[in-house]
Amino acid sequence: MKEKIKSIKVDYLARVEGEGALHVKIKEGKVTDVRFNIFEPPRFFEAFLRGRHFTEAPDITARICGICPVAYQMSAVHAMENALSVSVDGQLRALRRLIYCGEWIESHALHVYMLHAPDFLGYQDAIEMARDYPEMVKQGLRLKKIGNELVTLIGGREIHPINVKVGGFYKLPTKADLAVIAEKLTWARSAAHDMIDFTARLDFPDFKQDYQYVALRHPDEYPFCEGRIVSNKGLDISVEEYENFFQEEHVKHSTSLHSLTRNGEPYATGPLARYSLNFDRLYPDVQRAATGARLSETCFNPFKSIIVRSVETLQAVEEATRIIEAYQQPEKACVDIEARESRGCGCTEAPRGSLYHRYTLDAEGTILNAKIVPPTSQNQKIIESDLWHFVPENLNLSHDDLTWKCEQVIRNYDPCISCSCHFLNLTVERG
Amino acid sequence: MKKKKPKLAVWKFASCDGCQLSLLDCEDELLAVAGAIDIANFPEASRAIARGPYDLSLVEGSITTPHDAERIHKIRRSSKYMVTIGACATAGGIQALRNFTDVKEYASLIYANPEYISTLQNSTAIADHVPVDLELRGCPISKYQLIEVVSAYLNHRKPNLPSFSVCIECKLRGTTCVMVAHGTPCLGPVTHAGCGAICPAYNRGCYSCFGPKETVNTEALAEQLKSMGTPPADLVRMFRSFNAEALEFRQESTIHERED
Repeated sequence: MKEKIKSIKVDYLARVEGEGALHVKIKEGKVTDVRFNIFEPPRFFEAFLRGRHFTEAPDITARICGICPVAYQMSAVHAMENALSVSVDGQLRALRRLIYCGEWIESHALHVYMLHAPDFLGYQDAIEMARDYPEMVKQGLRLKKIGNELVTLIGGREIHPINVKVGGFYKLPTKADLAVIAEKLTWARSAAHDMIDFTARLDFPDFKQDYQYVALRHPDEYPFCEGRIVSNKGLDISVEEYENFFQEEHVKHSTSLHSLTRNGEPYATGPLARYSLNFDRLYPDVQRAATGARLSETCFNPFKSIIVRSVETLQAVEEATRIIEAYQQPEKACVDIEARESRGCGCTEAPRGSLYHRYTLDAEGTILNAKIVPPTSQNQKIIESDLWHFVPENLNLSHDDLTWKCEQVIRNYDPCISCSCHFLNLTVERG
Repeated sequence: MKKKKPKLAVWKFASCDGCQLSLLDCEDELLAVAGAIDIANFPEASRAIARGPYDLSLVEGSITTPHDAERIHKIRRSSKYMVTIGACATAGGIQALRNFTDVKEYASLIYANPEYISTLQNSTAIADHVPVDLELRGCPISKYQLIEVVSAYLNHRKPNLPSFSVCIECKLRGTTCVMVAHGTPCLGPVTHAGCGAICPAYNRGCYSCFGPKETVNTEALAEQLKSMGTPPADLVRMFRSFNAEALEFRQESTIHERED
């Protein structure tokens, strides 16, 4: 007879960035408590940004996350430029999109091949998976490398790039510099198609929820740095209105603040939200690839985020290719900026979702006040909600399988706990 | 008989994950490294966790909580050779900016219920708590230096890690001095080599993500920067960033804070 399991305990949730814990309590076949604990030590970025100069924000906030530093730099520069009433257009704007494409490719390839795919195929990690699927893992690593090369080419290095500044860049790449990457992107395009084919063939649990999706939406483009903040539940606001519609809540079991709508509702941000709200903004061949992978124009199964990340990888490769083709080196690397008393905000689409920054500056450009809302703090509530729904439907699974599946539910969101603050430790307790 | 592979463990404290990500960013070398070493504890990459003791431990992040101040001792006891990686682990990191103020005030600025937050007043380097065998600098570390350390370890040799300043790296790279030629303030003369002098090659001054080199003359550099018109407040910020708690930088920034 199968032994009755009372509690399942995993000390450290693996294959996520940062550290946290999960506690699921089950009594008589019912889930009675779900807590996604984040107890990574807080680092107080918003506090020590006070007193720093506005020009330092992109370098300092990059250090919130080693996986998506470009996202922090982009949100920081857009918020500062919004405060100081300058706009960065033309080729400088295109180069910002280009470095962001590099980060999306690098981050999505890392998550799809190294962190998420092993769950679907039953491996502890990508290195074990590489014994049976060597070519696939090598392809993933090569794709990730191309993303990193793009970031390095424009940013100077892949982690914490040094070339992004408020107003533009310190130094511009030449057309010839970019041509080197363009050749590699031709290979990357076919690799991204393979990535979509491979992820589409995985087995997905039949799991759906009626999510409130929130993402940027741009009039003509798949969103990176600009647009209005929209939802599938009727929200349509400017970035400046963000704090009127979203709030943060501090709960005891997390050093990361939970983000909710003003009505106290949880919402989801990230690839699924972006895709479902912006399908029509994907390039036609990317739309075709998505449809070919049997994705509809919206996707409400979080396990399928692995396909959507692959679709977005293809989009980023296509976008990067077009930017490089059209690139003409501008005369100036940076627009002129003057400090003044001001307040400004910016929101951009990090690989994991919307990242909001808001700053108040004094007349010398010193930061008086900073607010940063990372994607993972926005997704925490949704992750808990998914577990509330997923666990009761899967109590027939063995102890080990249910534990692994719960981890997978969390990894669906590619949570970046370092970003949101933070230590993951998983316990499923059955009474 | 097949020789047993050495066991590698990767540990995280307060950090951004970027330095341990450097290991996964070794796209060309990762599978070769995994072939030569048993990755026994690397939660960012694997669910499989093997018990210690570990032959080589890489420690990322700084000590900022009472719990972590205890945890590092356990890790030290289970590690034969311990390498700290990155500015957080070697100098307290950017979060050591709290060391210059009252952390309680910080917590109340961010958290509605600061009583939920357990934190130490100071963010400190790993070597302040336990003996460390080797320190790898940088915010982030250089992945080439990381491969060098792992490869040297596997081959029982001393790693080749230059201890000169970023200035030498500029010369090696053929970059014109941004301070001499353009009057751009630069911390290169006092900064430990390792990044390859990226910033000056991109027309900006070094902001010292690798921290102070050995036997450094921060005072002379500060005088030079002042003569170029850098105000004391900017000097404080320059020395007080990703390696603010490194002794030489802490002392230099404190001098200019008094002037401001």
